[in-house]
Amino acid sequence: MSNNAEHSEHIVSPGLYIAIFAALMILTGTTVWAATVDLNEYFASLNVIVALVIATCKAILVILFFMHAYYSSKRTKLIIICGFFWLAIMLSLTLSDYSSRYLDVH
Amino acid sequence: MHRTGDLYGQFQTLEQQKESATLGMWTFLITEILFFGGLFLTYTINRHSYPDVFSLASRTIALKWGAINTVVLIGSSLTMAMSVWSAQVGKKKLVTFFLIATLVLGTVFLGIKALEYHDKYVEHHIPGASFDMYYCTNNPGACDLSPEDFAKEKAELKALEEKIGGPVAVNSHSQLFFSLYFGMTGLHALHMIIGAGLLIWLVVESMKGRFTPQWNTPVENVGLYWHFVDIVWIYLFPLLYLIDRH
Repeated sequence: MSNNAEHSEHIVSPGLYIAIFAALMILTGTTVWAATVDLNEYFASLNVIVALVIATCKAILVILFFMHAYYSSKRTKLIIICGFFWLAIMLSLTLSDYSSRYLDVH
Repeated sequence: MHRTGDLYGQFQTLEQQKESATLGMWTFLITEILFFGGLFLTYTINRHSYPDVFSLASRTIALKWGAINTVVLIGSSLTMAMSVWSAQVGKKKLVTFFLIATLVLGTVFLGIKALEYHDKYVEHHIPGASFDMYYCTNNPGACDLSPEDFAKEKAELKALEEKIGGPVAVNSHSQLFFSLYFGMTGLHALHMIIGAGLLIWLVVESMKGRFTPQWNTPVENVGLYWHFVDIVWIYLFPLLYLIDRH
């Protein structure tokens, strides 16, 4: 029984958890700093794009290591990817609908 | 509910049993992702429609508390992950310690959130009959604003009024931002409260020494939930607190 249980899971070391935490802290600092710089003058909406890219990097780190997705089975990985794919469908189709109908709202 | 590491009849191996639990938890989390996704979609459409109002309204919420809460919540994710590790290597006392640490950090987060809500109440920024974006600038001393911030907010409100067509528009459009602010952070806080309840249950169980290297599925799955709530905040923080802080 214990052999089976050991085989079924990958144990992530505390050192890796602390490294991920440190990376998340650095990214949090970066996103706060980036918000205080006017990036929009270089490229429209660059500030929000940078903020979302940093947030997505943080989310990926949390999912892969804190939530062990990196070490999970292919089936679990597929389910996770499907979830985000469905989210992408919801966001992209709704936003493309709005952007082609209500262009004059503001 | 499985209370031991025994193999149940519908599974062939313990590995399969454990994978089913993880898969089931992720399936639930996907419904949560789509649920919060709808809110982020509403936010995106409203922010796109009223960018200047969202920018001004966002700057009235305290960046300091939002940033501190981000650190607190990511810290609680670290302690949650550490409690999973402790269970996996069989350190029963450490499991309890890290679960309590996670609970404490979660409570600190909710406490700071309550302080922020109270500030918004004082500033009349809660959508409804007494909502007034001009309350702070019309009543000097009523809000906790430095003289520079007071003058800046007054000038910004004036500029916004001219841009979008009067104080009525400023007040009605900024209520959209604050409705989303309270709706999204409120639902996030509700998830935290549920998570705290689950953590209390885990602390009680871990004190009985229930979680072992062979069986720690509840710690693992509550961990998945807790990290998911952390991810929601990772997106809420830049979208609500960090609009045009330059």
